[in-house]
Amino acid sequence: MSAFVYLFRATADGQREAMGTPERAQRSLQAWLAWIHELEAKGHLKERGQPLELAGKVVRGKKKVVTDGPYAEAKDLLLGFIVIEARDLDEAVELSTGCPIVEGGGSVEIRPVGKLAL
Amino acid sequence: MDDHLFRRESGRMVAALTRIFGVHNLALAEDVVQDAFCRALEVWKVRGIPDNPSAWLMTTAKNRAVDVIRRERTARTFAPEIGRLLESERTIASTVDEAFAAHTIRDEQLRMMFSCCHPRLPEEAQVALILNILCGFGASEIAGAFLAGRAAIEKRIARGKKVLAGARRLFDLSDAEFTVRLSAVRRALYLLFNEGYHGASGETAVRADLCAEAIRLTALLREYPPADSPETDALASLMYLHAARLPARIDAAGDLNPLLDQDRSRWDAQFVAQGLALLERSAAGRELTAYHVEAAIAAAHVSAPAASETDWALIVSLYDRLMTIAPSPVVALNRAIAVAQRDGAERGIEALRDIGDRERLTRYPFYPAAMGELELRRGNRDVARRHFSAALTLARNPTEHRFLQKRIRACAGQ
Repeated sequence: MSAFVYLFRATADGQREAMGTPERAQRSLQAWLAWIHELEAKGHLKERGQPLELAGKVVRGKKKVVTDGPYAEAKDLLLGFIVIEARDLDEAVELSTGCPIVEGGGSVEIRPVGKLAL
Repeated sequence: MDDHLFRRESGRMVAALTRIFGVHNLALAEDVVQDAFCRALEVWKVRGIPDNPSAWLMTTAKNRAVDVIRRERTARTFAPEIGRLLESERTIASTVDEAFAAHTIRDEQLRMMFSCCHPRLPEEAQVALILNILCGFGASEIAGAFLAGRAAIEKRIARGKKVLAGARRLFDLSDAEFTVRLSAVRRALYLLFNEGYHGASGETAVRADLCAEAIRLTALLREYPPADSPETDALASLMYLHAARLPARIDAAGDLNPLLDQDRSRWDAQFVAQGLALLERSAAGRELTAYHVEAAIAAAHVSAPAASETDWALIVSLYDRLMTIAPSPVVALNRAIAVAQRDGAERGIEALRDIGDRERLTRYPFYPAAMGELELRRGNRDVARRHFSAALTLARNPTEHRFLQKRIRACAGQ
């Protein structure tokens, strides 16, 4: 088994759509809980990750310019991540397709965790 | 987790936040609520739902509110009542805490309810606003419940919020207009309940939600002594007595079950008891309102152990009374049905034909359906089938559609 990181991204509009009314927000939450629960039940969930606050700073360039962000310029907001285990990249992709963020117009980026070759 | 946690907490959070920001910043309050929901999604999906999700949401909204105050206190003015307390770092936290105290939230929800029933807003806009702000229903959910277009509902809500914002502060419960406004509030809650009970939406779950919200808000009204009058008791009573029958109204196949065919053991006994107790309490006043009479009619139905034991003479006399207090073609229609039960189908048909402003019922499927029912009872199968077919063209949702098709089949003797 190999480890993969799922990076969750959505646009501000997409997030508003998913969370626009209390009812929709609740449905989104329930969909997420169901999806994560399934990953866990099948032994794929390695780390639950950490939620990321949207407010933050970005430091960029040689002059080390600090700006508010990342929301100011990013079209896709990085909302959080989890770490899963799968046989290979294909399976990791397959497992991600049920993620509610995809249904809501957002994306999951699937990145294999680099292995140290000694 | 409670299926409607977010919806329920939304109304309470908006109330607390409006207390802080002022009603002119309602949109800001709604943004903070949405932020709190987004935060809940991000945190709960990885850590699971906390033991007390309501408290979690409230704390998150409080923290956000403090952030907003610090960030925007120079650019915005907040609630005039407490604005000064938000200017000093020393008093911000305690002022925000106070706004989120249970009793403040209750008072603010009441004030919000009274504010939504502004005389400049048409009744349907008042109901839509209450559903949106106090009950956490989105525009598309309200549109679904009312079988209206989402755009029309959005417009209605936006106009209503403009009127609210223009008032600068929420309705003051010690205002001289309190009594007048109270009756508008009762009326809006009555309409909200009716929309759930008799409305056009085909979704039973949506409709039961509307009834539950109307009952919840009426209970809130009754908790506030100046609003807790015999008329409010009567309104609450009629809601409980009708809602008691909801479980039997749709059968296992999802089909509409008329009152007389319902399995009475499925009526909610606790609701019946509450409704009857409230009806008794409502008799303390001098005035006999339409709510009293409607509750008394509902009580007559739930007090009959079997449909055949219904006291139709009492029910007809109550409808007669209702026609003098609050005449309407729908009341007259129901009266005619009761007359048919008391005096036979012929008398019922006459009463149906005698309905004064019958043209107001031209789009209401249950007028031709009642005609069909009585003709069928008289043995006029062809006439009955024509009436049911006319009703079918007016059916507003799949449940009514199936019900009327079943009646058409009954005319063929099947």
